[in-house]
Amino acid sequence: MEWETVIGLETHTQLSTQSKIFSGASTHFGQPPNTQASAVDVALPGVLPVANRGAVERAIRLGLAVGGTINRRSIFARKNYFYPDLPKGYQISQHEIPIVSGGTLHITTTAGEKIVRLTRAHLEEDAGKSLHEDFHGMSGIDLNRAGTPLLEIVSEPDMRSAEEAVAYAKALHALVRWIDICDGNLQEGSFRCDANVSVRPMGSATLGTRCEIKNLNSFRFLERAIDYEVRRQIALIEDGGRVVQETRLYDADRDETRSMRSKEDAHDYRYFPDPDLPPLCVDDAWINAVQTAMPELPEAKRARYEGSLGLSSYDAATLTQSRDMALYFEALIERLAVARTAHLARAKLAANWVTGELAGALNKADVDIQHSPVGSDALAGLLERIEDGTISTKAAKDLFDAMWNGEATGPDAADQLIEKKSLRQISDAGALEAIVDHVLASNAPQAAEFKAGKEKALNYLVGQAMKASKGKGNPAAIAEILKRKVMGQAPP
Amino acid sequence: MKDDYLTGATLTELSSALAAKKISSVELIKAYLNRIAAVNQTLNAFITVDPAQSLAQARAADARIARGELGPLTGIPIAHKDIFVARGWPSTCGSQMLANFVGPYDAHVIDRFNAAGAVNLGKTNMDEFAMGSTSESSWYGPVRNPWHTDHVAGGSSGGSAVAVAASLAPAATGSDTGGSVRQPAALTGTCGLKPTYGVVSRYGMVAYASSLDQGGPFACSAADLAVMMNVMAGFDARDSTSLDRPPEDYSRSLGAPVATATAKQPLAGLRIGIAREHFGPGLDADVEAAIRAALDALTALGARLVDISLPTSPMSVPAYYVIAPAEASSNLSRFDGVRYGYRAPEYTDLRDMYCKTRAQGFGPEVKRRILIGTYVLSHGYYDAYYLKAQKVRRLIADDFTQAFKACDVIASPAAPTVACRLGAMTADPVQMYLNDIYTVPANLAGLPAMSIPCGFGNRGLPVGLHVVGNYFSEAQMLGVAHQFQGVTDWHRKKPEEVA
Repeated sequence: MEWETVIGLETHTQLSTQSKIFSGASTHFGQPPNTQASAVDVALPGVLPVANRGAVERAIRLGLAVGGTINRRSIFARKNYFYPDLPKGYQISQHEIPIVSGGTLHITTTAGEKIVRLTRAHLEEDAGKSLHEDFHGMSGIDLNRAGTPLLEIVSEPDMRSAEEAVAYAKALHALVRWIDICDGNLQEGSFRCDANVSVRPMGSATLGTRCEIKNLNSFRFLERAIDYEVRRQIALIEDGGRVVQETRLYDADRDETRSMRSKEDAHDYRYFPDPDLPPLCVDDAWINAVQTAMPELPEAKRARYEGSLGLSSYDAATLTQSRDMALYFEALIERLAVARTAHLARAKLAANWVTGELAGALNKADVDIQHSPVGSDALAGLLERIEDGTISTKAAKDLFDAMWNGEATGPDAADQLIEKKSLRQISDAGALEAIVDHVLASNAPQAAEFKAGKEKALNYLVGQAMKASKGKGNPAAIAEILKRKVMGQAPP
Repeated sequence: MKDDYLTGATLTELSSALAAKKISSVELIKAYLNRIAAVNQTLNAFITVDPAQSLAQARAADARIARGELGPLTGIPIAHKDIFVARGWPSTCGSQMLANFVGPYDAHVIDRFNAAGAVNLGKTNMDEFAMGSTSESSWYGPVRNPWHTDHVAGGSSGGSAVAVAASLAPAATGSDTGGSVRQPAALTGTCGLKPTYGVVSRYGMVAYASSLDQGGPFACSAADLAVMMNVMAGFDARDSTSLDRPPEDYSRSLGAPVATATAKQPLAGLRIGIAREHFGPGLDADVEAAIRAALDALTALGARLVDISLPTSPMSVPAYYVIAPAEASSNLSRFDGVRYGYRAPEYTDLRDMYCKTRAQGFGPEVKRRILIGTYVLSHGYYDAYYLKAQKVRRLIADDFTQAFKACDVIASPAAPTVACRLGAMTADPVQMYLNDIYTVPANLAGLPAMSIPCGFGNRGLPVGLHVVGNYFSEAQMLGVAHQFQGVTDWHRKKPEEVA
């Protein structure tokens, strides 16, 4: 039988506020245990929560970015359960009315584009951490993370493969960083996915029984856990078994999921509206202010790059993978005055360099583009010299390497290095003619072949001339002179 | 200085004495501490007294007075219900669960009194986690009524009520979730006020039922309640339910609570609502007689009685005993033995630690309410209980909105009976719950309400007149009470000294 996989994701994004969602304690990661826990976070008797406006604002930003509904009145609720790293004995979350309802996210896979619907996004607080090592059979509790603001973003079960699930997770990851609500640090747990996975016979309209897989803190684990889980469920059903609704944990070391708890021993969380927090009211003025401060979103940028800059959809998609890359690219073409002259070739040149040479170097060195040793001003200076024929593409690559190594920075870096390294291209016809004459004289057979119509021979001759010029000759000018001399064309 | 100077002394009198240097704050505190040392063994009004800390505050207050920085409460001792967390003071909430818990910070109310230069005289006894109407559920033993020491003090703020009634403190703080200030005030012959919900910050006041809890003062007179309110009330950004309103002077209407007042009739034009539901079966005759007499005194001052109806009020006790336990079951989850407070001495694993800690650390009334609250919030019961109770709550508030179109304040008994004997209610919690019938509606609606002494019933036990006002009408209510106290002396009556 052929099976269809159905996946929905719940993503906990840690919001990038300075302080916690209901207390003034710092959210700074990696501090000594229990040094970032205030009286509120420790849940001392008598303390009360106060909602963090910055967290709410970030949730609004997400809602606007995905085209969801910002609920003008949402409700904080208590989710009650006992656990040592949950100091109050309940987690403050949003249950019946979340701050964001609906919305969509566009994803791209090898099969093409697809729209994934979002169910909701709600604000909640993170729990602390239980530490089970180093305490000689006891457990330690670190409440530094307790009260860290989270936005839980829930998708509809719209994905049909692990590849789509990963594409969704990556698109969401890029978006939350784009709109600057989450640092997206997977290692530190700033972006955590739970996957709801089920299978059903292809063509079936009803959903199969789902399992929720927790603890997926990398895109690779997400993909592998779903693949494993799908295989497990299909094998189970084909052997005459039945999938049981349960929560499963992905074990990366063994590359398998295993049961954590079944629906039967699921908690009754006894949700009810938190009487310590009035309804969260968001008015139009606030939403408008957030909207106004919102950066141009990746889709709008992509459309603009393809439309008014004439870039390919591939280039446009690559340049909008992160906001920092797009901002770098825009700073670059601003310096190249692309917009003013509508010089589309320049935009293409800039795009090629950013997605090619620069991206390659960044990748290799594992450096973020905002920390690139070659600034957009320096790269703009370089591209201008390519365009005006001062240097060859080959020389430009050498220059780029020199800039990368910190030999020169700033808008004049290219010019400084051209002088220093005497890389100025020889375009002077007189000087080049002498070189060409020499090359023709010492390569008579190839000259004859070229004359007989072999284009390949021309490339060889140009190469020899470039060699003779120590790489400084303008290859286009050399080719012109060669053609003229061999074909006996009159000088222009 | 003779102790009897203190008996019935008002805040204003004490402040004048301090200003005139007739007495120092240190002398005043010592005198009160002596009284407490003499009678607290009998009355059990205080859980903690700490002469060293109190006297340190008194010395600081004397220094302020010497510098001429004298506010209305500078140097004056105030007793605090042990529900308020105070830095350096045990803050037990009357529970074994917090018996070893010393406050690491000050509640907003404590902050305010400290800023005013008042002296913390000690922490008063209370029903465990404010759950009870008799102050018998305290892990520290029952509070006794100074009018008859084999009778209860009312609750849950029984310790504060008795401290004021027995002149162990000139004024005290309490908290009121379903009547926990007003009912013990009535049963001990003191004045007690529960402000409009949101007027006094709940920050640092250990939560019982968050949507109902409100701090309030006890004192010997309405005028003193106003002095206390001027300190306790005010916006606090740390409490999201605190109301951001301009500060007000709660004493401003003492002389003329109604615009239509005349010299001979200071309450002329005041409409006092009398709800027919409040004077039916269940109300003891001795209490009703005292209330009727008080209403006569009020009409003699010019007030007019208006017949009103609060049709949903019979549902208030059932609704309260769904909502309050629901919130309590969640609020008390933090007492789990993990971070502070009581932990069972022996356990096998985490679950066992939780179970034993909470089984041993909480008393029966607290456990009963946690069980009720957990039940009414459970999957499948939420709609039938919690949601329905919230709807009843809305209707009760609507009743009041309707009623206040026809009247300015609503008067009733504060409790259907005078104080019962110790132990009389413990076997029958439902009977105890039903005694909250007059006080609970104001909490459900968030309205201000007060009890003032208005006579005595059986066995010479005090009766309290309950007054509910519209939102933010505390100043007017205090004015009405002040006018009443101008022509009566029930509030000046003091019990005979107990041995």
